[in-house]
Amino acid sequence: MLTVTALAVVRTRSLFAVVTLSGVFSLLSALLFVTMDAVDVAFTEAAVGAGISTVLMLGTLALTARSERSTKRSSTVPLLAVLVTGAALVYGTLDMPSFGQSDAPAQIHVGPDYLERIPHEIGVPNAVTAILASYRGYDTLGETAVVFAAGIGVLILISGLRTRRRKDEDDPETGGSA
Amino acid sequence: MDSGTLEFVIGHLNYWLFILLMMTGLYIVVAKGNLVKKIVGLNIFQTSVFMLYISIGKVTGGTAPIFPLDMKVDPDVVYSNPLPHVLILTAIVVGIATTSLGLALIIRIREEYHTIEEDQIAEIENAVLKSEQWASERATGEHS
Repeated sequence: MLTVTALAVVRTRSLFAVVTLSGVFSLLSALLFVTMDAVDVAFTEAAVGAGISTVLMLGTLALTARSERSTKRSSTVPLLAVLVTGAALVYGTLDMPSFGQSDAPAQIHVGPDYLERIPHEIGVPNAVTAILASYRGYDTLGETAVVFAAGIGVLILISGLRTRRRKDEDDPETGGSA
Repeated sequence: MDSGTLEFVIGHLNYWLFILLMMTGLYIVVAKGNLVKKIVGLNIFQTSVFMLYISIGKVTGGTAPIFPLDMKVDPDVVYSNPLPHVLILTAIVVGIATTSLGLALIIRIREEYHTIEEDQIAEIENAVLKSEQWASERATGEHS
């Protein structure tokens, strides 16, 4: 289903439908996260991926165009590049441990160590919260800094949009396109 | 196909499906000219990378890494690895930050060029470049 949605995004011309499909894709991936035991990730993805980013994209569409124009460029070169990259990645997975294997390298190092320490060191029942806020608190601080910087960037880019628009309307010769 | 190969294929099918999704996203980013669609492709790519990480953290027979409230952990219960979940939580939030920045850039581009198609932007850029060259050539011609 995820694959079908992704392929539909490739084919669809109407940007409105594309954005809706990307929301569907996020929700489906959230379901997949639940089945893979990552409940925290699932509800973050459902809220952020399917909720906020869809709203942001719809806002962008309201300010820009509704549909995609057909392009004259050939699609063989990108397809070839994508196939080569995919083949390289598949070759890379051949040495990976099988899905769900409990003695995989990812499962025998810090992961179980955290699970062992959390009950008596932190005392928070949700292991993901405990690691996020406590052991990896600096990461989360850095993440907050990134979000702050992005917010400022968006504000700088968007600010004055309305005043510039009004100027365009008053004097169409000078404003707008250079 | 003998049972060993079958087991190998089933154990790695998840990675291959995620790579398929990743490549779909990459194809959209590379081949499509519309900027909003490129952002959607980037999101698909990103989400499939998240899925890859979460699938690495999954342990067969495991459950979500949440302890009982009284913190008496049953040693027989298998928990999935919480570390990939933490990393991906951070990555999702950073992802939405980059997406919103990209969308803001698109709005600015639309304001300057009145289009969000890559081809038309390139045409306008070329036209501007040519007229600038022409102007500078004329200026130097008048000087000599």
